[in-house]
Amino acid sequence: MRSLLDARTRVICQGFTGRQGSFHCEQMIAYGTRLVAGVTPGKGGRMHLGRPVFDSVAEAVKETQAEASVIFVPPPFAAEAIIEAAEAGIRLIVCITEGIPVLDMIRVKAHLRAMIRPPVLIGPNCPGIITPGEAKIGIMPGHIHQPGCIGVVSRSGTLTYEAVAQLSAAGLGQSGCIGIGGDPIHGMDFIDALAGFEQDESTRGIVMIGEIGGTDEEKAADYIRKKVSKPVVAFIAGATAPRGKRMGHAGAIISGGKGTAEAKFAALESAGVTVERNPTLLAHRMLELLGS
Amino acid sequence: MNIHEYQAKSLLKQAGIAVPAGCVARDVDAAMKAAEELGLPVVVKAQIHAGGRGKAGGVRMCRALEEVNRAASGLLGHVLVTAQTGSEGKTVHTLYIERAQPIARELYLSLLIDRDAEAVALVASTDGGTDIEEVAASHPERIFARPLHHGPSDVLPDLADFLSLPVGQVEPLVGSLYRLFVDKDCSLIELNPLIVNDQGGLVALDAKIAFDDNALFRHPELEAMRDPLEEDPREREARKFGLNYIALDGRIGCMVNGAGLAMATMDIIQLKGDRPANFLDVGGGVTEEAVAEAFRLLLGDVHVRSILVNIFGGIVRCDIIARGLLEAVKTHPMRVPVVMRLVGTNEQEGRRLVKQAGLDVRWAGNLDEAAEMAVAAAREGDPS
Repeated sequence: MRSLLDARTRVICQGFTGRQGSFHCEQMIAYGTRLVAGVTPGKGGRMHLGRPVFDSVAEAVKETQAEASVIFVPPPFAAEAIIEAAEAGIRLIVCITEGIPVLDMIRVKAHLRAMIRPPVLIGPNCPGIITPGEAKIGIMPGHIHQPGCIGVVSRSGTLTYEAVAQLSAAGLGQSGCIGIGGDPIHGMDFIDALAGFEQDESTRGIVMIGEIGGTDEEKAADYIRKKVSKPVVAFIAGATAPRGKRMGHAGAIISGGKGTAEAKFAALESAGVTVERNPTLLAHRMLELLGS
Repeated sequence: MNIHEYQAKSLLKQAGIAVPAGCVARDVDAAMKAAEELGLPVVVKAQIHAGGRGKAGGVRMCRALEEVNRAASGLLGHVLVTAQTGSEGKTVHTLYIERAQPIARELYLSLLIDRDAEAVALVASTDGGTDIEEVAASHPERIFARPLHHGPSDVLPDLADFLSLPVGQVEPLVGSLYRLFVDKDCSLIELNPLIVNDQGGLVALDAKIAFDDNALFRHPELEAMRDPLEEDPREREARKFGLNYIALDGRIGCMVNGAGLAMATMDIIQLKGDRPANFLDVGGGVTEEAVAEAFRLLLGDVHVRSILVNIFGGIVRCDIIARGLLEAVKTHPMRVPVVMRLVGTNEQEGRRLVKQAGLDVRWAGNLDEAAEMAVAAAREGDPS
C-alpha cells in the first residue's frame, strides 16, 4: 500500500545495533528500503550498517526527517519505545517485538488515542509491512513477494508468507502486505487495512487471514458488508484448536466460547466474503473471483 | 499462568479483601486436623486449575469429621472431571478446607482484559455462584460490564446501585481488586460467588486469578505459585527449549515455524480426514537442540503415527531442522514416517543430510501435498 510505504519513505530502526535489528535492517536495505538511521540509547554518534546511530528518536527525526520506525526493542522496553517514536512525530510505527505485557499495550493505546495526530501503529508481535518492489519494514522474506494487485492483511507471520507465495506463483502478486500481529491489544486492525486496500488504486482483491480469539474478524465482516466493494478471500486459522488454550500467539485463545474459527467463518460468509478452509487454495480462489 | 484457588485467596487476603478462614491439606489427616482447627461445618474444595468443580462433586459441605474424612479420601488422588477439564479430567493433589459461610446473597465480580475497549474491564452480576456465560446469554440485563479507562472510581456509583450495595462498601473492595490486577499484571480476577454474609459483609467465597504470561518477567515472586502437576509434562519440557507445544488428541505429529502456520497445518490435516496430535511452533530463531527436542517429543508420543514437518518462508535454516532430526534419532528411533515440507535457507543441504543418514523422510512440494502424504502415512499403520 503506497499510501503507507514506498521506496521514498524514510525509515529508522529502534534497537538498531542488536542482533535482530542488525540482521533485519541489512535485509531491509538490500530490499530497497530507505533506511536512514538507527536509534540505540547510549550508542549515539557511531555508524552501523553505514547509517548514523542516534541516542533518541527525536534526534534521529531532527537529523534525518524520518517518517517511519521499526522497533526491535526487547519486551520490557518496547512500550516506551513506541511512545517515544509517537512523541517524536513518527507517522508509521512498526513494532516487531513479541511478548509485550498486555497492560503496557493498554497504556500505549491510551497514549496514542489522546494524541491530536496519532501515528499509525502496526503490531506488536507482527512481521511488518511490505509494498513489493518498493520497500519493506519488517522481517518478512522479500524474495517471495512480487509487485501485483492483491492486498494481504493477516494476524499471522509465516501463514501470510504461505498466502504470499501462492499469489506470486499464480501471477497475481501483491499490492501490499500488512501483518497486524498476534497480540490481543494491537495497533492497526483488519478494518484499517481493508479501508486502505479499498482506496488503493493498484489493489484489485484482498486476502484476509485471521485466527481464533477476539472479535476482530467479526467486526471486519461487518465493515466489508458495508464498505468494501473489492473481492475478499478469507481464511481463519485454528478450526482445530482446543478451547481455553493459548495457541502460540497471546491473542489466539478461545475464551468463554468466544472467538471460535466457526463463528468467524460464519460472520465473514454472511458478509459476502469468499471463505476458504484450505489455506493452500487462497490464490486459487482469488483467481476464480477475479476471472469471473 | 493460572494459580489455585487457595493461592488466589492468599493474594486477595494480602490485598485486604475478606476471604473465609481456610487451610491447605495434601492428605486426609491434614484435612481432618484443618477441619478441627477451623471448626465445623467446613467446605472441602478440590484444588485443580479448572472451573465447574461444584457441579462435578469437587466442593463438599461437611458437617461432621467423618464427612471430612470421606470427602478428603474421595477426592485426593482421584480424577475430577468437570465441564472445563475435558473428558480426561484432572487428578486432585491438594485440598483447601474452609470454614462454611452464612450466605445472604451471591454476587459475581470480575476484572479482565477487554480486547475491544483496549482496557481493563469490570464485570458484575447479581446472579453469582452460577456460570456467568449462561447468565450473560439468558439474562443480559443481570450483567454489569464497563471498561475502566481511568481506573474504577467512575463506575463505582453505578456498580453499587446495580448490586444494591452502599458505595462505601463497594469502593474499597473494587479499589483493592484493581490495584492487585495492575500490580501483578493479572489477566483475570474472578470472584464467583462474592457473597454478602449474614452480617452484610462482602466475602470472596471462590476466587480465580490468572496472570499475563508476557509480564511474568517483572514478577519473579509469582513463579513460586506455578504448580508443575497442573501442566502437561511435555508442554513443560518443550517450554524449557523455547518451543510452543500443546498436546492434542489426534495422531499426526506436527512441527511448524510460526503460530498461525502451525494452526493452519493442524486445520488442513483435519480437512484431509485425520487429526493433529499437537500444536508445535518452533519459532524463528530455532536451534539444533530445540529441533532435536521437538522431534523427541513427537517420536516419544505413542499416539503419533506420522509426523508432518512444515517449515516455510522465514529465516529458519533447513539444515538445522535436518541436524535436529539426526540428533533426535540417536535416542528416539524413527518409528513412524516423517513427511517434510522445507522451504527456506540451506534447503539443499538439509535434504542432503537426511538422505545421507538413510532416514525414511518423504519430501513434499507444498503444504497440501504434505498434509495428504502425512495422512496417508498414518493410515499405513491401520489394520486392513
